[in-house]
Order: sequence, then structure tokens, then C-alpha cells
Amino acid sequence: MGKLTFSMGGVHPHDSKFARECAIEELPLPPTVYVSMAQHLGAPAKPVVAVGDTVKVGQVIAEPGGFISAFVHSPASGTVKSIAPRKDLAGNPVMHVEIAVEGDEWDPAIDRTKTLVTAIPEDKAVILDRIKAGGVVGLGGATFPTHVKLSPPPGKVAECLIINGTECEPYLTSDYRIMLERPKEIVVGAAIMQKVLGGCPCVIGIEENKPEAIRTMGAAIAELGYPGIEVKVLKKRYPQGGEKQLIDAVMKRQVRSGGLPIDVGAVVQNAGTALAVYEAVQKNKPLITNVLTVTGDHIPGNLQHNYLFRIGAPLSFIMEQAGGIPQTADKLVSGGPMMGKAISNPDATTVKGSSAILYLSEASTRRQATTSCIRCGKCADACPMGLEPFLLYRLYKAADLDALEKQAAQDCIECGCCLYSCPAHIPLLDHIRQAKGQVMGVIRARAAAAKAAAEAAKK
Amino acid sequence: MDKKYIVSPSPHIHANISTTSIMRDVIIALCPAILVSVLAYGWAELLVLAVSVASCVLLEWAVTKWMLKKPSTIGDLSAVVTGLLLAMNLPSAIPLWIVFIGAFVSICVAKLSFGGIGQNVFNPAITGRVFLLVSFPAQMTDWTPTPGFVAIPDAVSGATPLSALKEALKSGSTIPQFMDAHSYDLASFLWDAGASAGELSAGALLLGFIYLLIRRVVKPWIPIAVLGTMALISAIFHGVNPDLYTGVPFNLMTGGAMLGALFMATDYVTSPMSTLGGVIYGIGIGLIAMMIRYFGSYPEGMSFAILLMNCTVPLLNIWFHQKKYGRA
Amino acid sequence: MTQTIIWTVAILSVLGLLLALILFWVARKFRVEEDPRIDEVEKVMPGANCGGCGFAGCRAFADAAVKAPNLDNQYCPVGGDEVMQKVAAILGFTVAAKAPQVAVVRCNGTCANRPRTNDYDGAQSCRVKAALYSGDTGCSYGCLGCGDCVAACQFGALSMDPATGLPVVDASKCTACGACVKACPKHIIELRNQGPRGMREFVSCVNKDKGPAARKACAAACIGCGLCAKTCTHDAITVTDNVAYIDFTKCKLCRECEAVCPTGAIHGVNFPKELDKDAVKKRIADRKAKAAAAAAAAAQPVEKKEVANG
Repeated sequence: MGKLTFSMGGVHPHDSKFARECAIEELPLPPTVYVSMAQHLGAPAKPVVAVGDTVKVGQVIAEPGGFISAFVHSPASGTVKSIAPRKDLAGNPVMHVEIAVEGDEWDPAIDRTKTLVTAIPEDKAVILDRIKAGGVVGLGGATFPTHVKLSPPPGKVAECLIINGTECEPYLTSDYRIMLERPKEIVVGAAIMQKVLGGCPCVIGIEENKPEAIRTMGAAIAELGYPGIEVKVLKKRYPQGGEKQLIDAVMKRQVRSGGLPIDVGAVVQNAGTALAVYEAVQKNKPLITNVLTVTGDHIPGNLQHNYLFRIGAPLSFIMEQAGGIPQTADKLVSGGPMMGKAISNPDATTVKGSSAILYLSEASTRRQATTSCIRCGKCADACPMGLEPFLLYRLYKAADLDALEKQAAQDCIECGCCLYSCPAHIPLLDHIRQAKGQVMGVIRARAAAAKAAAEAAKK
Repeated sequence: MDKKYIVSPSPHIHANISTTSIMRDVIIALCPAILVSVLAYGWAELLVLAVSVASCVLLEWAVTKWMLKKPSTIGDLSAVVTGLLLAMNLPSAIPLWIVFIGAFVSICVAKLSFGGIGQNVFNPAITGRVFLLVSFPAQMTDWTPTPGFVAIPDAVSGATPLSALKEALKSGSTIPQFMDAHSYDLASFLWDAGASAGELSAGALLLGFIYLLIRRVVKPWIPIAVLGTMALISAIFHGVNPDLYTGVPFNLMTGGAMLGALFMATDYVTSPMSTLGGVIYGIGIGLIAMMIRYFGSYPEGMSFAILLMNCTVPLLNIWFHQKKYGRA
Repeated sequence: MTQTIIWTVAILSVLGLLLALILFWVARKFRVEEDPRIDEVEKVMPGANCGGCGFAGCRAFADAAVKAPNLDNQYCPVGGDEVMQKVAAILGFTVAAKAPQVAVVRCNGTCANRPRTNDYDGAQSCRVKAALYSGDTGCSYGCLGCGDCVAACQFGALSMDPATGLPVVDASKCTACGACVKACPKHIIELRNQGPRGMREFVSCVNKDKGPAARKACAAACIGCGLCAKTCTHDAITVTDNVAYIDFTKCKLCRECEAVCPTGAIHGVNFPKELDKDAVKKRIADRKAKAAAAAAAAAQPVEKKEVANG
């Protein structure tokens, strides 16, 4: 069987997975945790605790603020110190619940043993309820509430569940480590989601540069014996783990512009999400911990870690525990080097989607001076959505929104391949992101107007 | 926080390529062909190359500094590439002041007056060459071989195979007679086409192009379209009347076919950005070049073909786009 | 030979005549009837096509003006009252005079006042920078310094001052078209009345953080202390969300607020004399003492009355 990959674009950055041999360590408890109310896609959660309350680990501290939203649980036990806006890693104020950590007292309903529970609940509603109550969101980057994704709208049938174990971003090794260390839990998590989706086949996609993960996952599937789950090997190519690219690679189908994966019968969940689903459904443990990689270029091995951290531990605390920020670091990034966010505020807290802290040196990250476009078309060759970034850039500069929509600026997945491959160092994505936002605004306004007109016609 | 950390939108890493690195690859790719030409034509060829490159770089530096008052762009090596390509299109015996005029037209007229690198409509080296061809026809077609470092077998004196052929056809002889008289075979085409530096060795040019393909600097579609069209047309015409029309190997190996298809038509700036656009552009070049060769009064049509198709690039860029994900 | 010439001339003449006829016919066929007043109005417009009026250009403005029932909703900021009077004369409308305005940059965050906390390395565009994060200083409200406003200005009235890192408005070139106001993602630039002989008083800060936070981010931030509002005798200053604002329609340019501002966030420009803070403060103190005395005096009789009544 040939290795699978998506059909257009993509780049091949050096994978730089220096922390791949670092086993997962448990991060000590920080003195204070700051739990963000906006750590999932959709409406922010509404706090349900008050200042002065004592909370236990795993206790609900905020409720979903809308249909697309999620529960938030306390990652530590202690006293609620404040519920106030605090700066996130971009420096913008976001509502946080501050908890002074006292001891480590868990909610007694949580099963903290390491016993593998393989018996899956029969009732789908029970499973979905536990996933929702556990505050599980997609851990592949978008942090979309998982229970919503696992409930296809009426008329849509899931034909394939894809577990994303590609980890195509350079440097990141957290998914790799959980696939090595907790493969059975991931497989059970996948089987649970498979059941919710009506027993469709399940593919665990792993890139070829992780042979050990391919082996351990395969062994776990064989041992547990759930039907219809298999590992498929993918080529090493960025952005293989993009939802649309992964569907293209595994199912040879493309989601139409503006559509959802379920339109082509696909549901994609990250390996980390599968683990979170396992813990929520089988162990009653909500999403309060995650694994995060601390790594970077030109940094000593003793500063590289894969940590099991409490979601809400400040980034500065993690960096301190990991041995401090190395002198060679000139840029701090939360997440991968292609799509992660630069940290301008190290006091910001970790959120459910935090996957890495990268230390990048000036040499590897400083942007070079922009020169003239030589029309080489490398950006168009690299774009996994088949867009023409050079053209979008020019149309954005000319403020031609109609043409931008025609050239599908709204389809951009912000993977960064265009800017990565531009020999003239033109900040293509910086501007296309703006263009995308403007076009999306126009599309949304049009949809709203059409809806209003339809309602007016009804009356 | 004492240290001021860098903050920027993603992505945070870069492929570590630049315009300079691309141009450096093109220069490396041209080296085999340059080596062959210097070996064949000696000091004279070396001098033409040196004057051409030096004039191009100097002119670009002077004009950007004194006239445009912009930061100099000679660091990106594109002027060096233009200089090399121009020199490879000239006879080795050409007076050096003509080389300078060619460089002036290439850099100042074809490149900088349009706004410099990335903005020009026409390939600078070809513009320079065509300007010289129409302005100095005598000097530009004086193919007297200058003494080389190694002797070339079957050196044709005074004319390229294509112009010799044109003369022969005019005087009433047929192609088979011409071929017999000049004993061209495939091997000699690969290593000796008795022409300008760049047209000398199709083999060396191909070698360089393979390097560019491996380095992912260019994609093969445009050259395939150009050479494929030329092969197809000559196969048809040669099949119909072998007395009047030359065959496939002759057309692919002689004149500027290889240099044009591999290094001039693939110029980023003056070729379409989409694959389909590039293929149509290539077919156009092949078609026009063959029409000039068969029916025109010039022996060679590659330069004109590329210039003409350069004009269509903006239109091809509007008409043809990449295939987008998830759209019919 | 002669025949060739004759034929050439003949053919060209016939060709010319034919083409002329076609052109004539096309011009007749596709003529668009237009109100001639549109041309007249357009002629008196400045012709900058800047879009400051909210229309696509001067002709679009003229077209709308001709069709509108009055000129209440239209104003050409570039041409000002002079042009509006001319437009009104052509169309037979009357327009009220509007005070001429100018763009004002309300940020004090010079390199010296507002130290950088990180090193921005993205595209030099305020919009891109604003979408990414709160900025490369401690102040998340202030100028980002990438010059989107400078790029938006069609009249060359804005330039970046390399010493301060802030944009500077050349009032003599500014037409108050509002392009910079729209371009600024931080909403720092405001159109304010030019004022008599260009004299203006404004709060050069939009930081909504509480006092200590604002002060920490920028030495010259408005800390929302409200001293200016308390001092103002014209009811022109309001403090909302920890930042003061001077209503230019009420301000009488007394400069008392500027004198009492503890951080120097309030700026007065184009005044003939430099502000003598001590003199103004003394004046305020005297007035307050007088008022207090008057209040005490006023309070006295009331008490007496009460006593009398009691």
C-alpha cells in the first residue's frame, strides 16, 4: 500500500522533533492557576463560581455560553481569588477565573486509577453527555467543542472517522508521546467516537516520520480487537494534519468551499482529543490536563520536555519549571512554528489547545527584508487549498473584495505555506488573513441579509 | 521582562530560500553550457561573457542608485543571470561595444524602465539580443569561430546550422542533400551545433536544467510544452515533405531551441504563473518558433517566439488559475 | 506609380469616412441623457476623488447632490464651506456653514514615554498588527506606528515622525476627509474643529486602562483622574472608561485643564504664548478660594434663617 497524502500544495519543513525521546513528565502544581473562559471555539463560558468559593480538581467552574461552547473545570483545588479580565498571550483582556492552589483534592467522582476501561457505554446519549460534561474540545488547534462535532446534523451520515495522529507541525511531539505512552486509551477513545457516529470505519492517520507510533498504535488496535479501526501511514508533508487535507489524503474527497467535513462523510478528531474522550467517558475525568512540548532550536536537551500540565498553569510557570527561558531564545511561540502564536505576554495562561512552548532563535525566525515579487509562483505551488497567494495579496492591496471572494480568499486555512516558501519574503499570509476576514464579513453580512429577507417574505 | 522578544504573525519559520539563492542556482545550472562554450571559443567567448555580465551589473547598480534612487538590487544576482544569458546568445566574435549596447537594452530598457525585477513584461536577455539582431545584423550573424581551448569536430565556419540550411534551401537544394553535405548527426548536435555559446551544446544545457529541476527551482511543464510542440510540428511537416522540412532531432538540437525552452521561456517574471497557462504559453512559443523556422525569412525564431508570447502572459494569468481545493 | 498613390489615398479616405460614420452612429445610439447640472457641480468640486464625503468620487457626489432634495446629508470636507456654497448656488439650495475641521492624533506614546516591551517583526501594517495582538508596548490602546494612516492620506498631510514613532498631521494640507480616521484600527485619530487661528485643546490619549496600569505603560497617559473635568468651568470635559475627552464645541480654550493635568496628556496647539502653568494654577486656586468664600457666605444666612425660623 502506498503512503497517502493530500493532492495539492504543501511544504516540507525540517521536522525538528528534538523532544521526541522525552517521556511525558507531570508538571508540578503551580501556586495559582488562571482559567480562561474563552479557550474553545464559539461563545465564551459563563463562570458559575464566585470569589471566595473553594473548588476541587475537576469541579465545573463555568458553563457553556451558547450552543457552540464548552464546560470549563477547575484544574486545581483551592480558593477562587478573582473573576476578572486578564491579558491573554496576545495581550488582549479575556475573562479568567483565578484560583489559589491549596493541596490537590480531586472530585471523588473521577476515577484516577490507571486501569484501562474497555467496556464502552451502550447508550450514545450517555456518551455524548459525558463528552459534553467533560468540556472536551478538539485539541488539534481549532478547539471546536467535540460533542457538537460528534453530532452530525440530520440527514448527514459519517462514513469515516479519522483520528489525526499526523502531528505535521515541526517541533511538536506531544501527540507522538501520547501515541507511544497511551496507545490503548487512544484506541478506546476512537472506538467510543466510532460508536457515537454509528459504527463507521475509523482510520488513524500517522506520518511516516513516526514509525514507533505507527507500530505501537497498530499493536494496541490488534490487542484490543475493536472492529473497523486501522492505522494508515501518511507521507511527511505539511499541512497533512489540516482537516481538509487529511480528508483528501485518507478518503480522496474534498470538502467544498464553505462546507463541513461531514458533507463528505468525514469526522476528524485529533489523537489528543481521542484520549480526552476516553478519560471523559470511561474515567469521568474532564479535560483539565493536556500534554505540551517545551522545545526549540539550538537549546540544550535538559530544557526540552513533554509535560502533562494542568490547563490554566501560566506559561511563565511552565517555562520556569522547564529550566528557564534559554539565552538563545529570541521568540517564544505557543504552538507549532507554522501556525502557533507568538507570545507577547509570558504571564498568560495555558488553555485547552496549548500544545507547545517553542524557543526560537533570531536566526531561525527573524523575517528577512521584503524584496520585489519575482512571480515565481512558489506560493501558489505551496498552497494546499490551491489558492494563489500572490494574487490575493495584490487584490487585498487594491481593496478589491469582489475579486478576493472570487479567488476564494475565504478558503485560506492560514497554514503559512505561502509565506514559508516565498523567496522575496513578502508577508503574504499577514495580509491574506486580513483579506479573509473582510471577505468572511461580506459573506456573513450577505447571509444575514438573505435570512432577514426570507423571514420578511414569510410574514 | 528585560529581553524584547520577537513577535510576529505565524508562520515563524521560513524555507530559507531567497531571490538570491534562486538566481545562484540558475547561474550554477548555466555553468556546464558556459564551460563548453569557453572551451570551444576560447578567450574571445570568455571576454564576451565577462563584458556582458559586468555591464549588466554595473548598469543596474548605476541606474538604481543615480536615477531611480532606490536600494540597489544587484545583490539578488538577477543582473548576473541576464548578463550570462545575453552573452550566451551572442557570437563569440562580436565587437565588445555591441555587447555593452545589448546589456544596456536588456537592463535599462527591458528591465528597469518597467520597474525592475518582477515588473518587466519582456525577458531582458532576449530583448537585448533581438535589439542587437535587428540593429547589427552583420555582426550578429558573423559566426566565425574564435580559436578555442579544444578543437571542435566539424566546426561549421561562418554560419549556424539553421542559417546554413536557410541559404541552402534558397539556392534550391533539398534537405537530404544539405544533410549529406554537412554530415550532421545526433552526436554532433549534442556537443556541437556550431553556433553561439548557449546554442553549442544541448547536452550541457539539459544537464543544467536537470539541476534546476532537482533543486525545485523550475517546473518542467513549459520546456516540455515548447519542445513537444516543436517536435510535433516538425514530425508532421517532415513526414509530409522531407525534402523541404527538417526533422525532429535537427529542430530540437539546433539554434536557440534548448536554451530558449529551458532557460528563457522558464523565466519566472515573464512566464504565466499557473501550470495550464504555462503549457499554453509553451505551445505558443513552439508554434511560432517553428513557423518562423519553416516559413519566415529569419533562420531562427526562438527569440521572437518568446518575446511574442511574453505579451500574452498577463492575459494568460487572468484566464488561467490553479485548481482550487473543493471547487469544480 | 501614380495609380498606386491614387488608390492608396482613395482607399484611406473611404475608410476614414466609413469609420467616422460608424463612430457618429454609435455616439448617437449610446448617448446617455444626463442632467447638465451634474457637470456644473463637478466642475466646482475639488476633484480629489478622495471619498471623504462618503461617495465614490467627486462625480458621484455631484450626481447625488443633483438628485437629493436638499444638501443636509452631503458635505465635501475637502472643499469646505466655500465649495458647498457654490454647489448650493448651482442647485438652488441653502447650506448652513460648518466649522472647518482637522485630523488630530490622540496618542502621547512617543518612544520616550512608552517603552517597547517586545519586538514586532510582522508586516508593517497597523491592521495586521492590531489583529495579531495588543501591540509592542504596554499600552494596548495607543498608536501602533506602522503608518496605515499615512498610506491612507491622499493629500500628503500625514507623516511618521521617526523621533517619536507617531504620525504628525500637517494642518495646512489636511482636508479633514476622514480617510485616516477610518484607516486607524485603534481609533486614535479624530476630526476636530480647527479652532480660532488653529488653536485647539485636546486629550492626547485614548487609554482606557485604570490609572496605575495606564501610567505604567506610558508616562504621558491619561490616567482618568478627572482633575481636568473638575477644573473645567465650561462643562466641556467628560471622563468615561478612565479617559478624559474634551468636547470641542464647548471648549473655550482657557487651558486650565492643560495646566492641571498631572501627566501632560492634554495638549494645546497653536496658542500664541506658551502655557504658564503656575499662573493658571494660581488663577484656579484664587477662583476656588473665592467660590468657597462665596459658598461659605451663602451658607451663613441660611443657617441664620433656620435659627430664626426655629
